[in-house]
Amino acid sequence: MPSLGATYGRGAATLAQWDLANSDFILVMGSNMAENHPIAFRFVMHAKEKGATVVHADPRFTRTSALADIHAPLRAGTDIAFLGGIIRYILENDLWFKEYAMEYTNIATIISPDYQGPDELDGVFSGWDEDSKSYVLDSWQYEGMKVPSSLAEHHATTTESFDETSKSTSEGPPPQDRTLQHPNCVYQIMKRHYARYTPEMVERVTGCRADTFLKVCEAMTRNSGRDRTGAICYAVGWTHHSTGVQMIRGAGIIQALLGNVGRPGGGVLALRGHTSIQGSTDIPTLYDMLPGYLQQPHAYRKHKDFDQYLETEQTPTGWWHNFPKYAVSLLKAWYGDHAAKSNGFGYEWLPKIVGDHSQLPMTMAMRDGVIRGMFFLGQNPAIGGSNSKLVQAGLAKLDWMVVRDCADTETASFWKDGHLVRDGDMRPEDIGTEVFLMPGSLAGEKDGTFTNTHRLLQWHDKVVDGPGESQSELWFIYHLGLRLKDLYAGSEKERDKPMLNLTWTYPEMGPDRDPSAEAVLKEINGYTWADRKQLTGISDIKDDGSTACGCWIYSGVFPQDDHNQSRSRRADGPEGPGTHLGWGFAWPENRRTLCNRASADPEGKPWSEKKRLIWWDEENESWTGHDSVDFPKDKAPGFDPDWSSHPTGMDALDGRSPYIMIADGKAALFAPSGMKDGPLPAHYEPLESPVHNAVYPRQSNPVAKRWEEPDNQLAKPGDPRFPYAFTTYRLTEHHSGGTPTRSVPVTAELQPEGFAEIPTELARELGIGNTDWIVISTLRGEIETRALVTDRMQPFRLAEGRVVHQVGMPWHFGWKGYATGDVANVLTSVVGDPNTSMHENKALVCNVRPGRLTRGAPTRGDG
Amino acid sequence: MGVHPRALDYAESFPNHVIPDESELTCGTKIEPGKSYGFFTDTTLCIGCKACEVACKEWNGLPADHLGLTGNSYDNTGDLGANTWRHVAFVEKIGSGGDRAQEMKPFQSNWLMMSDVCKHCANAPCLEACPTGSIFRTEFDTVVVQQDICNGCGYCVPACPFGVVELSLEDGKAHKCTLCYDRLKGGLEPACAKACPTDSIQFGEINELFERAGKRVEDLHEKGATDAYLYGAPDTPGATGGLKHLNAFFLLTDRPEVYNLPVAPTRASDRVRPSFLTGLAAMAGLTLAAAALMSSGRERGR
Repeated sequence: MPSLGATYGRGAATLAQWDLANSDFILVMGSNMAENHPIAFRFVMHAKEKGATVVHADPRFTRTSALADIHAPLRAGTDIAFLGGIIRYILENDLWFKEYAMEYTNIATIISPDYQGPDELDGVFSGWDEDSKSYVLDSWQYEGMKVPSSLAEHHATTTESFDETSKSTSEGPPPQDRTLQHPNCVYQIMKRHYARYTPEMVERVTGCRADTFLKVCEAMTRNSGRDRTGAICYAVGWTHHSTGVQMIRGAGIIQALLGNVGRPGGGVLALRGHTSIQGSTDIPTLYDMLPGYLQQPHAYRKHKDFDQYLETEQTPTGWWHNFPKYAVSLLKAWYGDHAAKSNGFGYEWLPKIVGDHSQLPMTMAMRDGVIRGMFFLGQNPAIGGSNSKLVQAGLAKLDWMVVRDCADTETASFWKDGHLVRDGDMRPEDIGTEVFLMPGSLAGEKDGTFTNTHRLLQWHDKVVDGPGESQSELWFIYHLGLRLKDLYAGSEKERDKPMLNLTWTYPEMGPDRDPSAEAVLKEINGYTWADRKQLTGISDIKDDGSTACGCWIYSGVFPQDDHNQSRSRRADGPEGPGTHLGWGFAWPENRRTLCNRASADPEGKPWSEKKRLIWWDEENESWTGHDSVDFPKDKAPGFDPDWSSHPTGMDALDGRSPYIMIADGKAALFAPSGMKDGPLPAHYEPLESPVHNAVYPRQSNPVAKRWEEPDNQLAKPGDPRFPYAFTTYRLTEHHSGGTPTRSVPVTAELQPEGFAEIPTELARELGIGNTDWIVISTLRGEIETRALVTDRMQPFRLAEGRVVHQVGMPWHFGWKGYATGDVANVLTSVVGDPNTSMHENKALVCNVRPGRLTRGAPTRGDG
Repeated sequence: MGVHPRALDYAESFPNHVIPDESELTCGTKIEPGKSYGFFTDTTLCIGCKACEVACKEWNGLPADHLGLTGNSYDNTGDLGANTWRHVAFVEKIGSGGDRAQEMKPFQSNWLMMSDVCKHCANAPCLEACPTGSIFRTEFDTVVVQQDICNGCGYCVPACPFGVVELSLEDGKAHKCTLCYDRLKGGLEPACAKACPTDSIQFGEINELFERAGKRVEDLHEKGATDAYLYGAPDTPGATGGLKHLNAFFLLTDRPEVYNLPVAPTRASDRVRPSFLTGLAAMAGLTLAAAALMSSGRERGR
C-alpha cells in the first residue's frame, strides 16, 4: 500500500480492528465491510452501540449500508471527487485539528517554487513529460531539499533514488512557514488544489446529493478533535482503480488533517480480505520487494553491488536509516555461512528485476509466449484475473502449469471447458499445455500463521490431516527446493550459486517429511548466527553478519526458543485496557496502533483523558501507556536535533515526530516522493467511463498503465455502445475465485448461481424481469447471466441532468463446483494503477441486453 | 460482552483438551440441566452473513437442500425445513423511483435481515401433537425430535404455527433445530450463536435473555429506533394463542408478517376444545335434523 506508506510511513492499517469500538465516527468507503469483513464489522457494531455515527459511501446499497446511519451513493470510480470535497470542506471551514496537524504533518512546509498543480496545468502536475508519460518529481520537493520516500514503499517509483541531494534532510529542518501565509506552503497549495471540489462539483461528478455529502462532512468533523476520533475503513473497493492509490491517499490526508491517526478509535483501517494478504506483502509474493519491504535489486538502478545498493537505498534520516541491518541479516538468513562481508553477504545471488513483473504484464508475457511455465498456488486466474479470455489464451501458450488447490479449478480445466473452447476459438487437442493438478491443504490441515488486516500474526495448529494426498504449500515448496538443489548439486557454475548456497534446512516431521512451520517462523524472527539464540526484537538485528533474520518487521514474534508469541491468546480482561498486547503478535514490536506517539500532544500529554493511549512519563523520562510505544522510548517531547552535527537516522527527528518511518517524521499531506501520479490526489475518470471528466480537461490518470491491444481494448469516454457503468464485487457467501466455497454444498447453496444486479428503472427500460437471462458485453467479451432486479442499485443523476445507470456483478462464479455462472472477468481489462499495477475491475462500462448467448454459457451441471 | 476472566486460563491457540463449560467463555452462560435456555435474535444487529446457516449445517451434518437462484433478494435458502434449521430472511425496503433513502434510522434499516429458527415454544404444539413421544422437552427446556422414535406420522407439521417442522424426504421423519442439544450437554454454546459475528443471535438463560432484550428495546427507542419491539417474549406478539412464550424470540422493527412470521400464532390444542365442541354441536344438530327428517318422512310415508 504505497499510499499509506507515502503518507504515514508504513503501508499497513494504523489501528487494530477491535479499536474501532472506540471510534466516534466510522466512514466505510471502498469497502463492503459487513459482507466481506463480517468479523471486523463486529467492532463497528460495538461502536454503534456506544453512539458512533457510521457512514457507508458506496455505489451500491449493500448489507453494510443497511447497518449504516447514512448511505452516500456515488458513481463507481469517483471517490477522489468525494474525498477532495471533504478536504475542501475541512479547510474552508477551518475545521482541521490545528495543534495536531501543525506539529505532526507537513502542512506548514514550503514546497519548491516550481510546483504547479493540475488546476494550473490543464489537469497534470508540474514535471509532466508527455513523451514518457511520467513525472519528474523535482518540482514536488520541499524548497531546497530533496525528500526520499519512506523506503517501505520506495518501490513505487523508478524515477527517483536517494543520492547526494537527498542527504539534505540531514542539514536542517524542512523549510516552514508556521503562519501558513506562504503561497507555496502545503496548506495554501491544498486550499488552491481543492478549491474546485465544492459540494456542487461533488454532486455533478459523483451523483451523490450535495446535502447528503454535507451531512457526511459535518458528522466527520464533529467527531474529530481532542475528545473524539474517527476511523476510515477501506478495502479493494479503493485499490481496484487506476487511481486507487490516490483514493487511499485522500483518506490519509483527511485523517491527518483531523488529527485522527495514532489515537484510540482513529486512523485508517486497510481491510484485507484473505486471511493473510497482509502477510503476503510483509513477506511478499510481490516481485519488487524482499521481505520486510526492502527494495528488490533492480538491474537499471544503482544496485551494482551490495555497497552501492545500501548507499542508494539507505535513507539519511528517520527509522529507515537502519536499512543495512535488515538487508544484511536477511541475506545471512538466506545464504548462511556462504554470506560474508567479503562477498557482500551473497547480494550477487539475488535476482535483479528489469521492469514491471506484476501479474498483469506477466499475463501479457504468458500470452506472448515469453513465460513458458507457471505455478498457481491457491490461485484461480481464469476467474480472478482481469480479462479472463486473455488469461486463458495465455494459459494455452504455456508448456506446463502446476495448479495446487483444494478442488479442481477453472484454471486447471480451461483447456476443456474454458471460454476459448466454448467460443470455438480453440479445440482442446490444439492446446499443448501440460497441466499438473495437485491437492493442497486448507488452513485446519496445516500449521502456520495468518497475518491479518491489522498486522496481527496468529498461529493456527493443524487439527486434521487433509484428505487424500493433499499437502501444505510449505511442504510443496520445501520439497521442490530440495529436489532443485539436488539437480544443481556438484555444479561449479557461478550462475548456479543462488540455488547451491541457499540455506534450506528445516526439521522434518512424520512419514511425509513435513517441514516444521515453527522452525520457519523462528528463522523469520531471527537468531544470532554463532550460537543460534533467538533475537528478542528489532533492536537485536545487526549489520555485521552476526545475526540472521528472515523478515525484520516480524522480529519479536518468536523471542525465545520455547516461546511463540503468535500462539498466545491472552486477551485483556474486563478491566482493560483493551489493547490486548498478549493476543498474538502485531508487527512491528507488537504495536497495535501505529504512530501512537500522536496519541499525546506535542508536550507528551494525552490529548484528553478519554483518548489516552501513550504519554511521556516526566518522572522516569520515558514514554509509557497501554500500547507498545512506536517511538524511541526515551526521546523527550522537547528534543530537537543538533543540526550542526548533520544528524542521521532517528537523531534527525525531533521529539514531536510520530511518523518515524518518514524522513522528516511528519505525516505527508503533500507527498514529495513515493507517488508516481501526483503529490496530491486529483479526480480522474476511470480509464473506461460513461462521462467526461468535469473537474479537469484530462480525462483519466495520465500515468495509468495501459496495454491496449486487439484483445484488450478500452471504450472511449461516453461510447454510446457501452452506456452503463459496470462494477464487480464479492459476496459474503463466497471466497474470491470461489474454489473453497463453490465446491462445498452448504456454502454453494447460499449463492448458488451467478447473477448481475441492475436497478429497477433500467430493467423496466430494457424489458428485463427478475431472474431473466441477460447478456453483458464490453470490448473484451460477452457473457450471459441472470438479472437480479433491485432497488438497491440506483441510477445516478450527474451534471446537466444526465442519468447514468450502473450494473454490478459478483465475480466469484465459473463452471466448476456446485455454484456456477459465467465469468465476470471476461468483461474486465488489463489496465493498472501506476503505483501498484493494480487493475481497475471496480469501474468500467458495458452494455446489457435481455436474452442468452448462442454458444450457451455454462449452466449448472455442465461443470 | 467483555472478555471472561476465565479466558486467561486458556492463553494458547490450541489447548489440547476440551474447555470445561466453554459457553461461559464464549457467551457468559454456564449451561446447567434444569434451567431454561433459548435464543434472543436481535435483527437490528444482523448483517445477513448467513454464518449461522453454515455453522448449523456443518455442526449438525445437514445436507444442502436447495441449489437455485430464487431472485428473492439474497435469500436463496427459502424457508426452514428438515435440512435447514436456520434461515436468514432478506426484505428490501429501499423504495423505488427517484432518490432512495440516504439517511436511515439507527441500526438495521431499509434492507431487513432476520435469522429465523425453531421457536422452542414454552407450550410446544409440535410436542403436544406427537403421538409417539418422539418430540420431548429436554432438561434445558428445549424441544427436540428423536428420529429413532418418530414414526413419520407428520402430525407435528401442521401443528407448528411457524412452519418449522418438516418431514425429511430421505428418512420420512420429522426434523428441526435441536438448539444444539448435543452441544449443550457438552457445555458448548449452540453453533449458530457462536458463529454470529455481530451477536445478533444471543444464547443464554431465558429469563436473562428476556431482561436483556427488554433493555435493548428501551435503548433502541432512546436512540431513535422507536419501532423496535419484541416478538415471542411474554406478553408480546408471537407469545399468543396459548404458546405462553417462545424460547427463541426476536427483536423486530417491522410488522411480523414482513418477516414472514404469523401475527398471532396459536396452539393447535387451544383450538381442540372449541372445535371439538363445535363439532359436537354440529353433530348434535345434524342428528336432530336427520331424526326430524326421518321421523317426518316416516310420518309422511305413513
